[in-house]
Amino acid sequence: MNVVIGGTGIGVSTTTEFEEILRLQYAGFIEADSAQSIQLTVELTPPLTLDPDADIQVRGEGSRWTMERGDFHASYDSATRVGKVWQSASRQSLDSVIRIIHSLTLAEETGFLLHAASAIRGDRAFLFSGKSGAGKTTISSLAPPDVHLLTDEVSYVRNVSGRWTAFGTPFAGELARPGENRSARVEALYLLRHGSENRTELLSAASAARSILRNVLFFADDANLTRRVFDTICAFVEAVPVLELSFLPDAGVWELIH
Amino acid sequence: MSEIYPKRAANMAARVFRGEAIIMNPADSTLFNLNETATAIWLAADGRTALRSIVERDILPAFHVDREDALRDAGQFAEDLARHAILTLRTEPEAE
Repeated sequence: MNVVIGGTGIGVSTTTEFEEILRLQYAGFIEADSAQSIQLTVELTPPLTLDPDADIQVRGEGSRWTMERGDFHASYDSATRVGKVWQSASRQSLDSVIRIIHSLTLAEETGFLLHAASAIRGDRAFLFSGKSGAGKTTISSLAPPDVHLLTDEVSYVRNVSGRWTAFGTPFAGELARPGENRSARVEALYLLRHGSENRTELLSAASAARSILRNVLFFADDANLTRRVFDTICAFVEAVPVLELSFLPDAGVWELIH
Repeated sequence: MSEIYPKRAANMAARVFRGEAIIMNPADSTLFNLNETATAIWLAADGRTALRSIVERDILPAFHVDREDALRDAGQFAEDLARHAILTLRTEPEAE
């Protein structure tokens, strides 16, 4: 089974039963004929612990990475792009490993994963970033029919030939459904804030970079890759307008998004 | 008052946007935002120039602030950044 997100394929080898579960999880992102740039073998084990909310630990030595949380253990070699996961038959556990691997891959490819909803309107993508409770699910659920939702939880952004591009992801939040497998050039990023009216305010690049860096998903304890993520975000805010979006929970907020 | 010679830490990730620096310690992802005066001091912190000279050369002409206030604020700022390992402070200038 080949799960392709942002043009990067992860070939997952596991039991037939677990693969059936994963086919539902990643519906719309499975491409049988696409090149598998990453190979991941999932070995199912009894549950490791009962604490899937424990902190994720990602440590690297050269190209070899180990990833651990209460519910999984994984190894991954970013040079050979081969990895192995030990976990129970939990789609959430594998989803976390796949997010980590994408965050490592993107860090080396001028891209990033962001706590953000994202959507395409017209031919441009818009990102809506914020921590839990900021309104990612709310603004996603208020989207009018002409909007294609890329995700309500974790956005995938990469610089493609000099253009910042957002891709759909299957990483779902409270809407509990995968985004559409589409991509478009990023027009703007909005930092969400609940307010008493719908309005936007353009942020300075420094303020924008600080806010975005706090919402980037990056787990690795690696100074060089962290520096690359920092440089990527700085380049992003120099090219893409970042605005604070205060909004009421009504569909009128989408009149500001164009 | 003895001279202090501040020097920027080499291992930080940093970018200056319109005169304001954003600095990150990649070892622990700690973020710092500096205002324009702090950024001017941080940029001039080469380990060879005394903090007093930086204030007199770069801060007073550009920001029109009281000299004693500027020196006091610069000293506190340098100590704050040194606590976060963004600057190192020496009592002697670094050799050229």
